[in-house]
Amino acid sequence: MQKRTVVKATLAALAFTAVSAFTPAFAWEPTKNVEFIVPAGTGGGADQMARLVQSIIAKHNLMKQSMIVVNKGGGAGAEGFLDVKGAKGDPHKIIITLSNLFTTPLATGVPFNWKDLTPVRMLALDQFVLWVNKDNPAKSAKDYIEAVKKAGPGKMKMGGTGSKQEDQIITVALEKQSGAKFTYIPYKGGGEVATQLVGKHIDSSVNNPIEAVAQWRAGNLKPLCVFDNERMPYKGKIAGDYSWNDIPTCKEAGVDTDYVMLRGIFMAGGVTPDQVKYYVDLMEKVRQTPEWKKFMEDGAFNQTAISGKEYSDWVAKAETLHLGLMKDAGFLAPGKK
Amino acid sequence: MQEIQSLMGGFAVAMTWFNLALMFAGVTLGVLIGVLPGLGGANGVAILLPLTFSMSQQPGGTTSAIILLSCIYWGALFGGAITSILFNIPGEPWSVATTFDGYPLAQKGRAGAALTAAFTSSFVGALVAVILITFISPVIARFALKFGPPEFFSVYLLTFSAFVGMAKGTPFKTIVAMMTGFALAAVGIDTVTGQLRLTFEFTELLKGFDFLIAVIGLFGIGEILLTIEEGLEFKGAQAKLNMKVVLETWKELPRYWKTSIRSSAVGCLMGIVPGGATPASFMAYGLAKKMSKDGEHFGTGKVEGVVAPETAAHAAGTSALLPMLTLGVPGSPTAAVLLGGLLIWGLQPGPLLFVEKADFVWGLIASMYLGNIVGLIVVLTCVPLFASILRIPFAIIAPVILVICAIGAYTVHNSMFDVWLMVGFGILGYVFKKLDYPMAPLVLALVLGDRTEDSFRQAMLGSQGSLSAFFANPLVSTITGLALLLLFWPLISKLITLARGRNGA
Repeated sequence: MQKRTVVKATLAALAFTAVSAFTPAFAWEPTKNVEFIVPAGTGGGADQMARLVQSIIAKHNLMKQSMIVVNKGGGAGAEGFLDVKGAKGDPHKIIITLSNLFTTPLATGVPFNWKDLTPVRMLALDQFVLWVNKDNPAKSAKDYIEAVKKAGPGKMKMGGTGSKQEDQIITVALEKQSGAKFTYIPYKGGGEVATQLVGKHIDSSVNNPIEAVAQWRAGNLKPLCVFDNERMPYKGKIAGDYSWNDIPTCKEAGVDTDYVMLRGIFMAGGVTPDQVKYYVDLMEKVRQTPEWKKFMEDGAFNQTAISGKEYSDWVAKAETLHLGLMKDAGFLAPGKK
Repeated sequence: MQEIQSLMGGFAVAMTWFNLALMFAGVTLGVLIGVLPGLGGANGVAILLPLTFSMSQQPGGTTSAIILLSCIYWGALFGGAITSILFNIPGEPWSVATTFDGYPLAQKGRAGAALTAAFTSSFVGALVAVILITFISPVIARFALKFGPPEFFSVYLLTFSAFVGMAKGTPFKTIVAMMTGFALAAVGIDTVTGQLRLTFEFTELLKGFDFLIAVIGLFGIGEILLTIEEGLEFKGAQAKLNMKVVLETWKELPRYWKTSIRSSAVGCLMGIVPGGATPASFMAYGLAKKMSKDGEHFGTGKVEGVVAPETAAHAAGTSALLPMLTLGVPGSPTAAVLLGGLLIWGLQPGPLLFVEKADFVWGLIASMYLGNIVGLIVVLTCVPLFASILRIPFAIIAPVILVICAIGAYTVHNSMFDVWLMVGFGILGYVFKKLDYPMAPLVLALVLGDRTEDSFRQAMLGSQGSLSAFFANPLVSTITGLALLLLFWPLISKLITLARGRNGA
């Protein structure tokens, strides 16, 4: 009986969503369920954002059809990207990206490129912060880098998510800029990295704010600098008297390195401008909801959100940047130039 | 006794009619999800997550939302055992070990007893874990922090050691099966180098071999092929179909109290660390086989062989929620989705959650007690119903099972390739059975191989290639020592017997 009640309630909710959404005539809109692909596993940053978008769309009846989140994280996201690449002209499939849009094809040689997809819009940029354990004597990023140099090459351990992906790229960029040398230890997820840092199994991490904020607030970790060219704008107190805004940029702290990660939406290739516009507008509506704003603030995201040509230009520039960084680090797959 | 007070407060939060109704709904849904292979607890929770979003906006609604989701999780833990016992098809990875004795029991016509034992042990395991969470969660949270890569590797080594030697075939066949498992586990992206391995440029192989697809094929399809060969008949159709079987089994269960305690301990440890419910169930089964008086007869249909893995799996599944709440590290895939839920609802898992959102945390803990009681009631009353499925003629049920298996394999990644892969594993399973190769080592290597390799290489990176990392502190030395002791136990016990024999003579 219970099961039936739930099913009924679900059906009722779906029917309600279908009837109550109002749409202007002539514009394109989805005629069946939209698949929202996450090229990563469940529980990570991209997955959280996709599921939040899905919940917001359902709650505010922003779309007549339902949105279904599908995780295709195999091969460092290649599974998801290849799926969308193969769905040429299908307007009922969108994908959220992280930096693996660039790093996976470069590092593994799997045949896809962002140009196989249609850029829709940027949702936000994810920040990276240099974290150390609370017991680390370093007072600033500069102190810490000096200590790493003093300890000798490879003695200090930097933990991060995955290999030849954003965390390791930042580590290499940091090494190049400062001359310090870490031993990089790859883990499967950001939460795990933060915990390993609390347990002192590694010496530092470049966790996203949302991955480490709980441990910062509990006084177990301390942030040294943010890898962006501006400070984060959020002035609400987070840990004691400190806000995100109090964390200096790495440039200010004397280690001039910056890196932000794209959280953006793409569609398959060969879709019409009408269809792209539909999703641009949809995401704009999502961005205006209080739930989205709160999420941005909790995760201290950089809220740059562009679309159209500006967006494709940004993506093209980011690709060149990644190619350069990965080439320098020696991370390119054989046959990639 | 501040905890008791907080817990009572929690019960007050959880014990509304609305929440109780949610518990029943969640558990029932969870059992269904657990029964369908492929549609695991993680998928089930993920699908329903957006539904709970508007729920969490009402005052007190966050607690209701997590009660609903966590009850789906309990239900899935219970439900995973059902198909393992009835059809030799594990609905969830952690119920693989349950098939070893559960399925033979069902074939002997004791499906009811096996189900009752499985459900009751699950409940016991969960209860132990919840009590642990209630009273010593801060201590546990600190303990979990001590686990770095060397510690994780030693725990996995312990799991393998506890399990090695329990296979009945020749050692050579065991090694072949295990190495096949390791090779399959290596396919796909390698965490440590970020490179693809063994994919031979087939894009289908990018994601590697999913454990569930292998298991559905090896066990489920393989079993059906065998049954077809042996004469289209289900053994065990004479299963008793009344509630008496529950009481009779309960009479038998207290005999296995040692196994229950040991398995609960293993489960709690693995859940907290977080190693996960699957290794916990394998380790508990292996230990029970080694330590029980009846150990030699394990695999032929012993109730104790169902008690051990089920207790451990549930204890681990429950205690896995603790690192999620206090550290923000999920102990299982399902916990990972629940964690995402917390963040979406605006809660921040971490050390301060217990302080800042005490209402929520204690409501959740209280719902763990209630949810498991509700779960036990739901599944126990259904034992005769589940067991009666075996009375359906094979000619009808076999196609149904095949279809369910195919849907399950498809659901894991929404990929048709996986369905063919499942068929391939089915044939492999059949060949293994015919040639008397053990499947358990293959499955264990497939599910743990990847993580074991990762933690070994992470440890080696950290220690710059020195094996001394596995003896670097008392904790890791103890676990490694235990693992080596277990690994060489057959040799050691032989030596002891020899020495004794000589002294006696």
